[in-house]
This record gives sequence, C-alpha cells and structure tokens, in this order.
Amino acid sequence: MSPQELQVQQKRELEQKQEGTVPARSFVANADIYETDEALVVLLEMPGVDKSHIDISVEDDVLTVEGRIDFSKYQGLAPLYAEYPVGHYRRGFSLSNRIDQHQITAEMSDGVLTITLPKVEEVKPRRISIG
Amino acid sequence: MVTLDPLHALLSLQRALDRSFDSDWLRGSTTGGGTFPPINIFQQGDDFVALIELPGVSKNDIELQAKDRSIRLSGSKTVSFQDAASVHRRERVSGVFDRTITLPVQIDVERLRADYKDGVLALFIPRAESDKPRSIKIG
Repeated sequence: MSPQELQVQQKRELEQKQEGTVPARSFVANADIYETDEALVVLLEMPGVDKSHIDISVEDDVLTVEGRIDFSKYQGLAPLYAEYPVGHYRRGFSLSNRIDQHQITAEMSDGVLTITLPKVEEVKPRRISIG
Repeated sequence: MVTLDPLHALLSLQRALDRSFDSDWLRGSTTGGGTFPPINIFQQGDDFVALIELPGVSKNDIELQAKDRSIRLSGSKTVSFQDAASVHRRERVSGVFDRTITLPVQIDVERLRADYKDGVLALFIPRAESDKPRSIKIG
C-alpha cells in the first residue's frame, strides 16, 4: 500500500462559552488519545508553541490544556499570502478514569505535546461467596 | 506590517493574515492552497519569510530543495500508538507530502536559510540582488 498523501486539516476555531478577555481568536488543537493499562496518553498538535508557554490542569476530572504561541516573532513581517490562521490553542476533556494528579508528566516535541496521565490503582474486584 | 501593541498584537496579526487569505501573490505557482503543508508568506524588508506548520514531523523527515524561483518541500509524518493501547480519539493524520511553490520574484538560492522549531519550519528567502527595486534619479 502506498502511503497516504497528507491533506491540510483546517484549524477549528475555539467556540467559547464566555467572551475572552483578550480580543483574539483561539484554536482547537488536534488530539490523539489512547489508553494503556497504566495511563491515559493525550497528544495535542500545537505548532508554534514553546514548551514554556503551556498550561496543563486537571480539575474535577476535566483536563484543560492551553498553549500560547509566541507572536513576537511576527514583528516586522508583513503578510503577503496566507493559508492558515495563527492563534493560541486550548482544549479540554472530561476524563473517564481516575487520574493520579501528582504523577502527570508532559513533554513537547516538534510542536506536539504528549501528556501522560497515570491511572489511580483501582480497587480490585471482590469475590463474594454465598454462604 | 504587524505592530506590537501588546494587547492587540495578536488580533492585528490575525486580521492581517485574514486579509492575505487567498491573495494572488502565489498565483503563478502550480499548486494552490489546500495542499499540505499550509504555508504563510511574509515580506521582511526586501526579503521574504515563509512559515510552514508541520507539527509532529521530525526535522530529519523534511527534505528541502530550491532552484531558481521554486522551493520544493517533501517528507513524511508518522503517528504512532503504543502497543496494546485502546484508542479513544484519533484526529492526527500521518502520510507523505510533496509540495513545490514558485515565488513571483527571483530568489538568492545560495543564501536561503531554514530553521525548524516547535513544529514550524521557517524559510528565510533572500530576494536576488538583481531583483531588488532600485530608485532611479530623474536627471
């Protein structure tokens, strides 16, 4: 099978429940989520975001990730031709598993953030004997 | 020109980009918008800067060639899941790409510079000396 030719994935604009305080548009980062025996792994594509500009939080079983682009590098650049919009990224997921908040790790590589959320050791099922 | 009023800088940038969507600057190019990877092109003084989003593509998987007015960009993107993983959500795509853009100006291929960081490839494209505008004195 020959490899699939890549198509452009248009950035989805973030729909906010409340108006943001900063007058700029944000975007939804493309995500892959998979689960292993030990952890839930979330990968988010956030091109242009440096690892120092990422906020990750878990509150009430909701994972929220925010990545801010460094737009100062656009200073002095006059757009001639554009195919994609630029803005910060934000995304939230309700977690189906209980997560050990203190063991969350994250790494950034080539614009992709990988978050590993270790699951809490579940209580083992108890066998009940009928007397 | 993008100005840096800290509060509105990003908004001005977004608006400036909006105005440049589907501009005909690259009209002479054989491939138009919609081809992967997406490219934004800026003017910086006499020269040009192209910013190309390639999240998840390793630097070693990007091939770059330049000749005359054309720049060819090819490579591949892989997305892998750990073994024995159950997938909850799959939005990222993998595959190959091969795109050539032809600029409407002569470029100095020898001095073209590329920099890859945080999933964004930046091409610094100098305009050829012979192509730079000259002011002409009216005698």
